[in-house]
Amino acid sequence: MKTIDLAESSIRELNQALHDQATECTEREWEVLNPKGQHNIACGLDQNLAVDIQGHAGYFCAGMNKKAHVVVHGNVGQGVAENMMSGTVRVKGDASQAAGATAHGGLLVIEGNAGARCGISMKGVDIVVKGSIGHMSCFMGQSGSLVVCGDAGEALGDSMYEVHIYVKGEVKSLGADCIEKEMRAEHIEELTDLLNRAGVDEDPASFKRYGSARQLYNFKVDNASAY
Amino acid sequence: MCGIVGLYLKNPELESRIGELFKPMLIAMTERGPDSAGFAIYGDEVGDGWVKLTLRHPDAEYDWEALATRLKNEQQMELSWFQNASVAVFKVRAEEAALREWLAEEAADVLILSVGQSIEILKEVGLPEKIAENFNLEGMKGSHIIGHTRMATESAVTMEGSHPFSTGMDLCLVHNGSLSNHNRLRDALKREGISFETQNDSEVAAGYLTWRLQKGDSLKEALEHALEDLDGFFTFTIGTRDGFAVMRDPIACKPAVLAETDDYVAMASEYQALTTLPGIENAKVWEPEPATFYVWERSSN
Repeated sequence: MKTIDLAESSIRELNQALHDQATECTEREWEVLNPKGQHNIACGLDQNLAVDIQGHAGYFCAGMNKKAHVVVHGNVGQGVAENMMSGTVRVKGDASQAAGATAHGGLLVIEGNAGARCGISMKGVDIVVKGSIGHMSCFMGQSGSLVVCGDAGEALGDSMYEVHIYVKGEVKSLGADCIEKEMRAEHIEELTDLLNRAGVDEDPASFKRYGSARQLYNFKVDNASAY
Repeated sequence: MCGIVGLYLKNPELESRIGELFKPMLIAMTERGPDSAGFAIYGDEVGDGWVKLTLRHPDAEYDWEALATRLKNEQQMELSWFQNASVAVFKVRAEEAALREWLAEEAADVLILSVGQSIEILKEVGLPEKIAENFNLEGMKGSHIIGHTRMATESAVTMEGSHPFSTGMDLCLVHNGSLSNHNRLRDALKREGISFETQNDSEVAAGYLTWRLQKGDSLKEALEHALEDLDGFFTFTIGTRDGFAVMRDPIACKPAVLAETDDYVAMASEYQALTTLPGIENAKVWEPEPATFYVWERSSN
């Protein structure tokens, strides 16, 4: 295992060392010390690495992640795992706003709470939050799944497309075109798998499912004639 | 973008070190606000019947001694004063209104940065580190302190446009964000008798709170009204004689993080600014909720 202490090395040096593993992997396990809320830690990884960040991280931690498995042993600022393509990102504490924004793939697990706009414009990522999420989460979410074991804030799933949203607790309000949907056997199966992958012990039958009513402009075939 | 930092001490033993603890917090927010910086420190209180003013004059060589002598001789006001870099702190045995009136007539070019029994507002254009050093922040003592690093968007980079803004006796405001209805609100407040020094949007928020408090609102009521009447983005930190309050707008796109231990409550735009505080590794750290305000005051302990 290789350890990089951010009290001694810069973020640029850390990220370059991790990027250098993309072509030929010489070290799989990495530990990052003294993150102290710095931004852009472990961004743009493109290798099957295991990275442990020991402390709180700042903005865009593990952004654009591909293949790597990043664990933050603390809280993260806004935009954790934004635009992730694959791999996993696990946050042991809380996440600020826009967690998993625009992410295309992989698994994001937040063991605490997530702030506003969790999963905004998500495009295929699976997000599992053990706590609660803030307002405008999954706004314009396109695909993937968002699982919330606690409560969801105002305007959940506003203007969303095909994300599967599962919430165990209260939903303060649903956004435009977002509705509660029937929980069928295939959804229980999907949710069971998501909870297992996230290592979260919850009963899938206690969740409600939400999705798009498909009533907004883009869903109306008649509007296609405008082009 | 701007940076906000605040530190409220629960443990009085740390009061002699507040400047030393706060200086790295302010400097850590330089990336969010390199244009100007300022802070409001509470401590060194004057007694009942006395007021403390932080005064500034555009001329760095201004004769503060002469001003003090006139107040003593012409107004028979008991006072003491000291200079701290570009500002002078006057402690005067007088009514606030009488003192303001005299200054407006006899020393119109003297700017009043703060009035109260405890508060001193110190601010300038320049890098936070330079400003902290100019005013000897490191050596300061007090019970609580809030600060701001500015990256100007809505108005010019000037000392007058920098934060904190005084909003009345021992009250001040720092703001991260931008208000969208500040022009109309400024006009409305002017009709209510509130005066403004700049075209700055944050000064309008400060003026708004001053107006609500003059109307008899408690701080809590004034903040509730602010949530209804201010349109735009804001994270505010408001300094009061006994503590400070933090409030975010309902959209909550401007960041804020809070940390609490047995010794202090600290607030910052980003966690980075809290990392030098003692015991931060084991502090309770959380993000304040949208459209919610948090108040820490001595009397509520």
